[in-house]
Amino acid sequence: MQDFSEAFGLAFRLVLSADPDLLEIIALSLKVSLSAVAIACLVGLPIGTAVAMGRFRGRTAVIILLNALMGLPPVVVGLLIYLLLSNAGPLGWMRLLYTPTAMIIAQAVLIAPIVAALSREVVEQLSTEYAEQFRSLSVPPGSAATALLWDARYSLLTVALAGFGRAIAEVGAVIIVGGNIDHLTRVMTTAIALETSKGDLALALGLGIVLITIALSVNAAVMALRLTATRYAYA
Amino acid sequence: MPDASAIADRRSWPEAADPPAPLGETRGLVYRPSDTALIDGIDLKIPGRGRTVVMGPNGAGKSLLLRLLHGLLIPTAGQVLWGGRPLDDGLRRQQAMVFQRPVLLRRSVAANIRFVLNLRGRAESAQVSEILDEVGLGELAHRPARLLSGGEQQRLTLARALATNPQELFLDEPTASLDPASTAAIEAIVNRAHARGTKIIFVTHDLGQARRLADDVIFLNAGRLAEHSPAHSFFDNPASQAARDYLEGRLVIRKPSR
Ligand SMILES: Nc1ncnc2c1ncn2[C@@H]1O[C@H](COP(=O)(O)OP(=O)(O)OP(=O)(O)O)[C@@H](O)[C@H]1O
Ligand SMILES: [Mg+2]
Repeated sequence: MQDFSEAFGLAFRLVLSADPDLLEIIALSLKVSLSAVAIACLVGLPIGTAVAMGRFRGRTAVIILLNALMGLPPVVVGLLIYLLLSNAGPLGWMRLLYTPTAMIIAQAVLIAPIVAALSREVVEQLSTEYAEQFRSLSVPPGSAATALLWDARYSLLTVALAGFGRAIAEVGAVIIVGGNIDHLTRVMTTAIALETSKGDLALALGLGIVLITIALSVNAAVMALRLTATRYAYA
Repeated sequence: MPDASAIADRRSWPEAADPPAPLGETRGLVYRPSDTALIDGIDLKIPGRGRTVVMGPNGAGKSLLLRLLHGLLIPTAGQVLWGGRPLDDGLRRQQAMVFQRPVLLRRSVAANIRFVLNLRGRAESAQVSEILDEVGLGELAHRPARLLSGGEQQRLTLARALATNPQELFLDEPTASLDPASTAAIEAIVNRAHARGTKIIFVTHDLGQARRLADDVIFLNAGRLAEHSPAHSFFDNPASQAARDYLEGRLVIRKPSR
């Protein structure tokens, strides 16, 4: 017990004193996960929109696939990216393994299906509502897609936030392709996992506090977006 | 205030030899999404001028007929012609529709108008406010469209439809839940569009409104055309038993036979 309260005290002091090591880890975590979300949105939003608006054979199968991919286990994604990027792998020549870039790729692969599947749902719902009116106005498909994405912007932002929440809390993928190398690929989750096992409870706890704060902020942001959207009848 | 051409229409048809040249035409129009034909072989000649009112009991097929005339539904059989040509995308672009339930973009009132102006390749802010002023929504330009009252929303959807400068304007019970003032406002806008030469096709259950607006009346019952008459003869001396019953408040709601 003594140990724990001491560790807690130390953890809070680390956070409050803005310990440089701690800050470095947090900064890398944010950089990796935000980049991954950006890439996942660039890939996932067009896919989600196309599936939402398109009428093609095998559409249902694509939707089922996207929904299934949402639940990809991070360690499996990490393993696949590892195999791709390792020296013997097809992309080994790029020498990306154990770099932040590899971590960004892994997280992007992990959350792109989430963005695609959730945005498909959001856009399709709105598209159903607008479809007949758009047809009546002879809105061309491109303008319709842009209009749908714009009008669904609040819901789509919450989709991106959901992706970010998943990325920042994920440990399995980044530990495999990043390797938790100090000052290079150490992010919050990998540090917590490994420092705990090494006995550095203070750092682990400090990072845990920060991680929980981020998770809470993401959820608060989602709530705030919903409220704003409803207040202005955009929801 | 009925304008001169409408009155001329009323007088000249059917007493005179030729009714006004048809603009819209349906030939053997059938819509049968499953076993039951919901629109069951309708042959119509919609006059090129004036305000055509579509009436009939709930479930008669009025909304379906409008959707077929506007190309939102593909007929199971038969044809829809406008100006003698089969309805295609080019013709559809010259039409506009105000739906029974308004569908507004999740944007400001002005942005809803701007959206359609941009589609037709010409959006100037002066034009947007001109259009909004015409329907009395100038003050509300920056409000979220979906927070408007029902009457204001209907006026906005009507303004949006008119912003495309349609040759044919379909209206599906646009005043169904509106107070007398909003109803009068909508009717005035419709009459102004009519005076500018837009062909009006209007569904309503409101007999007073039908009397005020109609130049000719299409009466549907159970997916079939019961009659199509000039307004005065429809109201004074309906040709069909169904219309007579309806006008006397005796026509029962059609039971779906599925
Ligand atoms: N897509 C569809 N599939 C099956 N039935 C339909 C479909 N659309 C409409 N119907 C049915 O067709 C009939 C005619 O519908 P429609 O909406 O045209 O009626 P309406 O004359 O406009 O009635 P109201 O006055 O209530 O608006 C109704 O019985 C309706 O339930
Ligand atoms: Mg209807």
